[in-house]
Amino acid sequence: MFQQIANDPLHQFQVNTILPLKLGSWDISFTNASLWMVIAVLGVSLFLTLGIQRRALVPRRWQLMVEMAYEFVANTVRSNAGEEGMRFFPLVFTLFMFVLFCNLFGMIPYSFTVTSHIIVTFAMAMFVFLTVILVGLMRHGLRFFKLFVPSGVPSWILPLIVPIELISFLSRPVSLSVRLFANMLAGHTMLKVFAGFVVSMMAAGGVFSVMSIGPMLGIVFVTGLEFLVAFLQAYVFAVLTCIYLNDAIHLHEDH
Amino acid sequence: MRALMKTLAASTAVAVLSALPAFAAGGEAAHGGEHAKGGLPQMNAETFPSQIFWLVVTFAVLYFVISRIAAPRISTVIEERRDRVADDLDRAAEFKAQAEAAIKAYEKAVADARAKARAVSDETRRKAKAEADRRRADMDAKLADELAAAEARIASRKAAVLSGLKALAAEAATAAVERLTAINVAAGEAEAAVDAALKR
Repeated sequence: MFQQIANDPLHQFQVNTILPLKLGSWDISFTNASLWMVIAVLGVSLFLTLGIQRRALVPRRWQLMVEMAYEFVANTVRSNAGEEGMRFFPLVFTLFMFVLFCNLFGMIPYSFTVTSHIIVTFAMAMFVFLTVILVGLMRHGLRFFKLFVPSGVPSWILPLIVPIELISFLSRPVSLSVRLFANMLAGHTMLKVFAGFVVSMMAAGGVFSVMSIGPMLGIVFVTGLEFLVAFLQAYVFAVLTCIYLNDAIHLHEDH
Repeated sequence: MRALMKTLAASTAVAVLSALPAFAAGGEAAHGGEHAKGGLPQMNAETFPSQIFWLVVTFAVLYFVISRIAAPRISTVIEERRDRVADDLDRAAEFKAQAEAAIKAYEKAVADARAKARAVSDETRRKAKAEADRRRADMDAKLADELAAAEARIASRKAAVLSGLKALAAEAATAAVERLTAINVAAGEAEAAVDAALKR
């Protein structure tokens, strides 16, 4: 397994079945991807429940981190989707923590990055997308479709604007999912490619083994960068979810 | 900002997606066809049902844990702290008001006491002055009485002495006249003569 990872920068994304399962004709085997989803959920659950367990008036380290995460997401929701958006706080908080922990656990060597799979990010993005449509239709009925007709635009230009708005709206789940997936994929691949450089340069010997310090430093730098990206992409996912929910809640009212 | 993010995302996506075949090809080359499917593991649709199924299950569990257990607890703790801090601030303001009231009361007490002390000292001074005046008046009256008495005494003594002296003078005059002239002067005459002499 280690040998393969060193040789193939894409091997880390391989999904391996741990426990074969079937649901009708569907293959729902428990895989390493499923395992890391479970680990992420356990991690978030333990972090959020044990951290707050002492309910201290003056928080210690863990409680402070839990409260900071909570306040951070709460402020994000409040500033992007308003006070009404706070109804969706548990959803956004779950999305943020899940993506964050999947990203961060993916930084453990030889682990599996759940969010580096387009199907996972796309499923989450579609879930957000459908939630937005559902909320919009439930709150505004058919007026929700005024979202595609910006106010204050001359009517003769509407045939041009409406399709653009429609396409931009429909491309939301794509951009939302591809952004996260591509970031994870690119970062993790880059790490392994650099690591591969170090190995092959060391193997080449001579001047190359001295020069291998270059990609080695590159790995250190990119690892730091990847931690930033892990957090940033979780945040971006949460913020965009809030912005989309804001559209559904307020239409174009406060724009 | 949003436009910028969209552009960034789009360009990232394009760059990565265009790089994917290269990665995939590289992977395949490195493997030497180890995988039956080849290409990106992410594009292997056979894993999709399992991934979606477990994503739904785990995400639902996490949503339940967060919305029912974690978020209410955290918000309770934060609310309690906020209330407690607000309470403490209120109490501090109350105490401050109390302290200010106490300072005011103290200052009033001090001012009252000072005024009272002044009144008492004024009163005392007034009384002492009155008493001193009264005593001086008494003393003056007494001294005047004593003076008058003494003067009266002196006058009476002087009168007594003078009357004695008159008789003596009359006697002496009578005797002198008798001796010189052998005229016996009547007592009354001698006295009248003395009086006349004294008046001169």
